[in-house]
Amino acid sequence: MFDFLKGYDLLGAFWVTVQLTFYAAVGSLVWGTVLAAMRVSPVPLMRGFGTAYVNVVRNIPLTVIIVFTSLGLFQTLGVTLGADDFKTIDFRLAVFGLTAYTSAFVCEALRSGINTVPVGQTEAARAIGLRFPQVLLLVVLPQAFRSVVGPLANVLIALTKNTTVAAAIGVAEAAALMQVMIENEAQLLLISAVFAFGFICLTLPAGLFLGWVSRKVSVKR
Amino acid sequence: MIIMKPRKVTVTAAVALVLSLAAAGCGSDGGGGSSGATSGATNGATSATNGAASNGKKITVGIKFDQPGIGLKTPDGTYTGFDVDVATYIAKQLGHSPDDIVWKEAKSADRETLLQRGDVDFIAASYSITPARSEKVDFAGPYLLAHQDVLIRADDDSIKTPADLNNKKLCSVTGSTSAQNVKTKIAPNAQLQEYGGYSECLTGLENKVIDALTTDDSILAGYASQPEFKGKFKLGGFKMSNENYGIGVQKGSELKAEINTALQKMVQDGSWDAAVKKNFGPAGYQNEPAPQIGVVVS
Repeated sequence: MFDFLKGYDLLGAFWVTVQLTFYAAVGSLVWGTVLAAMRVSPVPLMRGFGTAYVNVVRNIPLTVIIVFTSLGLFQTLGVTLGADDFKTIDFRLAVFGLTAYTSAFVCEALRSGINTVPVGQTEAARAIGLRFPQVLLLVVLPQAFRSVVGPLANVLIALTKNTTVAAAIGVAEAAALMQVMIENEAQLLLISAVFAFGFICLTLPAGLFLGWVSRKVSVKR
Repeated sequence: MIIMKPRKVTVTAAVALVLSLAAAGCGSDGGGGSSGATSGATNGATSATNGAASNGKKITVGIKFDQPGIGLKTPDGTYTGFDVDVATYIAKQLGHSPDDIVWKEAKSADRETLLQRGDVDFIAASYSITPARSEKVDFAGPYLLAHQDVLIRADDDSIKTPADLNNKKLCSVTGSTSAQNVKTKIAPNAQLQEYGGYSECLTGLENKVIDALTTDDSILAGYASQPEFKGKFKLGGFKMSNENYGIGVQKGSELKAEINTALQKMVQDGSWDAAVKKNFGPAGYQNEPAPQIGVVVS
C-alpha cells in the first residue's frame, strides 16, 4: 500500500522543514521581542513603527510575502543574502520572509504577556530608579515571557505549517516533495495523509512539550 | 446608557448581517460557474452512464485555466487554447454545442480525483499519459506529442544544445516532471529555481536572473505566443522527453472510444492543424505530426 514511498527522501524533506522552522523561530523570537519592546516604549516614533509594522505585515498573506522575497528582493533588486546558488538563496529568503511574518505574531503574543504584569511592578521599578530598558529587561519581560509560553507555542505550530509556503519559491521542503510525489504517483489521498502525519509528528510533541513548560513556568498570581 | 447598549448591539448586528449578505452575494456571483459546473457534472455523468449523450445536455470538461496557448480563462470569461479547441471539437462530435460545455478547472494534482468522482466527463489539460496515471484513469488519444524544451531570451546565443544547459540557471514549476528531469537527467549540474507557476520564471528570464525556462514545448510556445512576450523569447528546439497528451476519462468509460473517433476525425478534416497553427503558430513552434490514436511514444 505504501510502495509509492520508495525512492523519495521523505526524511530529508522534513529535515529542511525543521531547519526552516528552527531558523525562522529563532529569528522571529528576537525580532518579535524587539518589536514588542518598541510598541511599549516611551518613544512615539518607535511605538508608531512597531504598530505600523505589525498591522501591515500580519495582514499580508504569507504567500505574497514569500513570493515577494524571491521575485522582488532577489530577482529585481538582486538581494542574495550572501549566497551564490539558487538553493541557498531560496532557503535564506524563505527564512527571511517567514521571520518577517511570524515576528508580527510573536510581538502581539508578547505584548499581551506584558499586559499581564501588574502596573504596580513597573511603578515600583521606576520608583527605585530603574530606567526604561532596565524596567523592561529586568522586571517586565521575564514575567511576560513566562506567561506567554502557551500562545508562543501556538505561533510555533503555525510557523511549522507555514513553512510549506516556501515550496512556492522552490525550497525543497516537505510540501515541495509532496508536489513531486503527487505528480509522479497519482495517489493524492495517501500522499496527503503521509505528509499530514509527518507534520503532526513535528507539531504534536512540540505543542505537548511547550504546554508542559507553560504550566511549569507560569507566574502564579 | 442602558438603552444605548442594545442599540449598539443592534447596529453591530445589522452591519454584520449586511456584510454577510454582501459576502454571500459575491460568493454566489463568483461561484455561479462552479455550481453550474456541479449540476452539469451530474447531468453529464448520468448521460455518460446511459451511453447516449443527447443534444442540449451539458457536458463538463476539465481544462487548465492558467496556461496560455493550452487552456486559459481570459478576464472576460471566455476560454482559449489548444486543449480548449480540441475539447470543443470532441464535445461537438459527442453531440454537445459549444454553449453546452461547462468548463471546470483541472489543476494537475486534482485531475485523477476529478475523473474518479465523476465531477468532469473528460479532461483535456496537458495531461501526459503515464503508467502511474493509467492505473487510475483511462486515456483517449494521444492528441499531441510534446517534448520538454527550453525557452530562452531571443538574444541569447549561448544555449545551442541540451549540454549547454549544465552551467546555466534554469527555472521550472515545483515538483513538475520537467523539473525532475532536469535534476536527474538533462542537466544535473545546473542550478534549478522552482516556482509555483511559469509566470514567475518569466519575470526572472526577463531580468536575466534565469537563463532558461524549461517545460513542455507546447506550454512554452503558448507563453511565447502571448502578445506581451512576442519577440522577447525563443524556443530552444531540444526534444528532451516525450509527453503524450491524452484525454483523460473515467476508468472503463465508454467515452474513450467515442473521443478517439472524434480525434481521428479532427485530424482528418484539418481542424487539428488549424488549432495547432492558431495557438502555437506565433512562437515558431515546430509541431510533431498528429499522433496515431493509441500509440504512446515513450
